[in-house]
Amino acid sequence: MKDSLDRLTERAAEEGLLDVAYTTTDSPFGTLLLATTPRGLVRVGLPNQDRDELLVDLAKRVSPRVLEAQAPLEEARRELDLYFEGKLTNFDLPLDWRLSKDFRRRVLRAIARIPYGQTRNYTQMAVSAGNERAVRAAGTACGTNPIPLVVPCHRVLRSGGALGGYGGGLPMKEGLLELEGALGG
Amino acid sequence: MTELPPFQTLIDEHAGDVMAVLRGAVGRGDAEDCFQETFLAALRAYPKLKDASNLRGWLITIAHRKAIDHHRANGRRAIPVAEVAEVAVTDPQPGEGIWAVVGALPPKQRAAVTLRYASDLPHAEIAAALGCSPEAARRSLHEGIKRLRKELA
Repeated sequence: MKDSLDRLTERAAEEGLLDVAYTTTDSPFGTLLLATTPRGLVRVGLPNQDRDELLVDLAKRVSPRVLEAQAPLEEARRELDLYFEGKLTNFDLPLDWRLSKDFRRRVLRAIARIPYGQTRNYTQMAVSAGNERAVRAAGTACGTNPIPLVVPCHRVLRSGGALGGYGGGLPMKEGLLELEGALGG
Repeated sequence: MTELPPFQTLIDEHAGDVMAVLRGAVGRGDAEDCFQETFLAALRAYPKLKDASNLRGWLITIAHRKAIDHHRANGRRAIPVAEVAEVAVTDPQPGEGIWAVVGALPPKQRAAVTLRYASDLPHAEIAAALGCSPEAARRSLHEGIKRLRKELA
């Protein structure tokens, strides 16, 4: 049966029917869910997030043609593995931004440009996104980041240096900043 | 609008049933092709599906249509019945027991039994699918059931 299913996802991809492919990958923080469209990586689910809920959400917001398939996510898995080993500082993956809109998307695009090992605060992100008064909205944009890790919202802290929040839990945020050598500088 | 679950859910929950029905309908050798055709057709149509209340039934219906297409394409061409031993020896999937026995029937009987009892087709439609007269379809069905009774006794 496994061969049949592998063949099915392969043919679905060939015929342009694989709108959302997903797989899981291990990380030092637990299992991650990765989902891609033909455009690029669209969703990263952190270990504490419910896998089924994420898939139902993708079915609703992107397309119900959601299939488990490893091949389209090989490169994302490889880069994440290297990142967690401290051997990769810049992700080179096509991204599909469709799950964020307007101001939030501008904030996330600005976050994607924060260099490895550096941090910014929410006010700076609001400014980068073109509205210095929208600090709270910038925080919300971080909190609803559909592509965490690759869009490194863990590099955004509260002004004054407090960690702020993180969708994957504060220990994970701290762990990521530690990995990048961004703590205790 | 109906909320459709991720398509993978349909595969996880119903792929085994679909495969079992197809093995019964077209035999183990051709079930794989029909299986692919069934799920690709389902995947193509899925986003426009209006009613998600009986997804299993929807898939089984598509599977039967693919099985009928398969029989039509084969027409009256004789199909070698070389798979009897194979079916009897390997059947690790639980719950598939009856379909394995059905799968071991001669092709016409096998198709008639499956179309009648799995897809609930009337004799006339079974005849159309098999390319024979309703009487011949009825006879195949009758022979098939007789043989099943013997095998399962």
